[in-house]
Amino acid sequence: MEWLFAILVGGLYSAGLYLMLQRNMFKLVLGMCLISHGANLLIFTAGGLTRNLPPIFSEANSIPAQMTDPLPQAFVLTAIVISFGVTAFLLVLVHRTHKILNTDDVDDLIKTDLQ
Amino acid sequence: MKTLVIFPIIIPLLTASFCLVSYKTPRLQWLFTWFGNLSYFIVALIFLQATYQGNYYSIQIGNWEAPFGITIVIDLFSSIMLLITSILVFCSFLYSLTMSSKEEFRSGYPSLIFFLMMGVSGAFTTGDLFNLYVWFEVMLMSSFVLMAFGGEQQQLEGSIKYVILNLISSAIFLASTGILYGMVGTVNLADLSIKFSIIEYNYPKLIVSSLLLIAFGIKAGLFPLYFWLPASYHTPPPGISALFSGLLTKVGMYSIIRTFTLFYKEVDIPIQNTLLIIAGMTMLIGVLGAVSQNEIRRILSFHIISQIGYMLMGLALWSVMGIAGAVYFIVHNIVAKSNLFFISGIINKKTGRYHIKSQGNLYQESPILSICFLCSALSLAGLPPLSGFVGKLTLIIAGIHSKAYITVFISIVVSFLTLFSMTKIWIYTFWGTPHYKKEASSESDKNLFFAYSAIIILALLTASLGIFGEIFLNISEKSAQELLQPLTYIEKIMEY
Repeated sequence: MEWLFAILVGGLYSAGLYLMLQRNMFKLVLGMCLISHGANLLIFTAGGLTRNLPPIFSEANSIPAQMTDPLPQAFVLTAIVISFGVTAFLLVLVHRTHKILNTDDVDDLIKTDLQ
Repeated sequence: MKTLVIFPIIIPLLTASFCLVSYKTPRLQWLFTWFGNLSYFIVALIFLQATYQGNYYSIQIGNWEAPFGITIVIDLFSSIMLLITSILVFCSFLYSLTMSSKEEFRSGYPSLIFFLMMGVSGAFTTGDLFNLYVWFEVMLMSSFVLMAFGGEQQQLEGSIKYVILNLISSAIFLASTGILYGMVGTVNLADLSIKFSIIEYNYPKLIVSSLLLIAFGIKAGLFPLYFWLPASYHTPPPGISALFSGLLTKVGMYSIIRTFTLFYKEVDIPIQNTLLIIAGMTMLIGVLGAVSQNEIRRILSFHIISQIGYMLMGLALWSVMGIAGAVYFIVHNIVAKSNLFFISGIINKKTGRYHIKSQGNLYQESPILSICFLCSALSLAGLPPLSGFVGKLTLIIAGIHSKAYITVFISIVVSFLTLFSMTKIWIYTFWGTPHYKKEASSESDKNLFFAYSAIIILALLTASLGIFGEIFLNISEKSAQELLQPLTYIEKIMEY
C-alpha cells in the first residue's frame, strides 16, 4: 500500500512543481494546490496506513489491540482547511493582479524591479 | 499565572475581533487598539519578569496531556520576543496615527495587524511543531492581506512573489512535520527533543533537519532562499513594511533557534558547518545586494537579509555566548531595522520619492529625523555605544572562542559594507542640494507628531540597548543557557 501512496505523492509534487514553473499565473495556483495535496497525502502516509480499523473507541470498551492513529487525520484535516483558505485568497489575488496589470504572465511582474 | 499563558494569543484575537466589528468608527477602533496594546505589553512584562527568575509557564490546551495535546509554553526566550513584539506593534500604531488615512482604518487595517500579532505570538509561545505550522499560516494569511493592502500595481506584483514563495515554504514545513511524525510519532517539541536526539545519525534525520531548515530559511530569508524578500518588502506602505521587517523574518529565525537547540543536544559538526557557511553567505550576499541599490527601502530590505546572517552565526557557534549574541541581535535588529523603515516613510512624505539620488538636504529641513536616522543606521552598522555594537562584539568574541575565524572575518567585512551603504543614504538624502521640488502639500513636522514620537522611542531604545548593554546581554545570556540545556524545558512540559 505504502509504495502506491509514495508514487502518488511524488507524482503530485512533480506535477505541482511543473505547473509552478509555467509562466501562466493561474497554473501557479493549480500547482500550489497540487503541492499542498501532495503534502497532505505525505502526512497521511507517513503516519502509517491502516485499513478497516477504528480511530476512536469509547471508554466502556477496552482499548483494541489495533487501531488507526487519529492524529495524522487531524493534521490532514487542519492542513486541508488551511490550504482551502489560502487557495481562495490566492485566486482572488491572481484575479485582481490580472485585472490591474492586464497580464497573466509571471515574467511581466518586474516593473518594481526596473524602477 | 497558568491561565495568563494563553493571554498573548487571546488579547490580539479579541482586539482584532472588536476592531473588525467596529470597522465603521475609527475612533472606537483606536480605543480598542490602545487597550489591546497596553494589556499585551503588561502581560509580556509580567512574563519577562517571571521567566527571568528561571520559571517556565505552560498550559495544555483542552487538558490533553503533554505529548498528545497542544502545549503553549513561555520561557525566557519567548517572553523576550513577546515584549519586543508588543513594543514594535505599539510604535507601528503610533506611527500610523498620522501616516495612514482614515480609509485604511475603515478597511480593517488595525484588525489585520492584530491578527498578525496573534500569529506571531502564537509562534513564539507554542510548544508543538504542528501548532507552529498553524500559527505560521495565521501570520502569513494576515501578512498576505496587508501586503496587497493598497491594491496598487506594484503591491500586487510584490504580493504574488511573497505569497507564492511563502506558501512553498509552508508546504515544505508541513511535509517535514509529517515525516517527523512518521519517524518518532510525536510533534510535541519537548517530546521530540527526547525522541529525536536518541535516534542515531541516519538519512531520515538529516532529511527532516534540512527540510525544516529550508522551510524556516525561506521565512527568515537565508542565503539561497531569500529572493522573495527584496522583491516584495519595498511595495507595501512604510508602516507595514516596518512591521514585516521587524517581525516576520525574526519568527523564522526564532523557529530555527528553537527547533535546532531542542533537536540537537550537542554540537553536530556537519550541521554546524552548514549553518556557518549559510550564515557567512547570507551576511555577505545581503550586504552586497544592499550596496548596489539606490532605492532606500530596497537597500534596507537587503540589509534585513544580511542581519539575519548574524543571528544564524550566533546559533551556529553553539555556545552560550553565541546564542546570547543571537538573541540580543534579534532584539537589536527588530528595533533598529523597523525604525529605519519608519524613517524611510517619513522621508518619502517629505520628498515624495524613495530614490536616494533624488533627495537631499533633509538635515537642514528636519534635524530630529536626521538624528533618529543616524542613531539607527549607525547602530545597524555596529558603532559604539549603540546596540549593534554590543551584539556584534558578543558574536565576534564568541566566534573567536569557537575558532570560526572565516565567519568572524566575513562579519567584520560586512559591518564595514553596512556602514558604507548607510553613509551613502546619509550623504545623498540628508546632505547636499535638494534634487526635488518642495511641494506646498508636503507635510510639516507638526502634522507628523505621532510618527516622530514613534521613531524617537525606537531610536532611544536602540541607544539604551547599547548603553545599558550589560543588563540586556545578561538577560539574553540567561535565555541562551536555557536554550542550550533544554532538560528543564522538557521536564516542565512533560511533568504535566
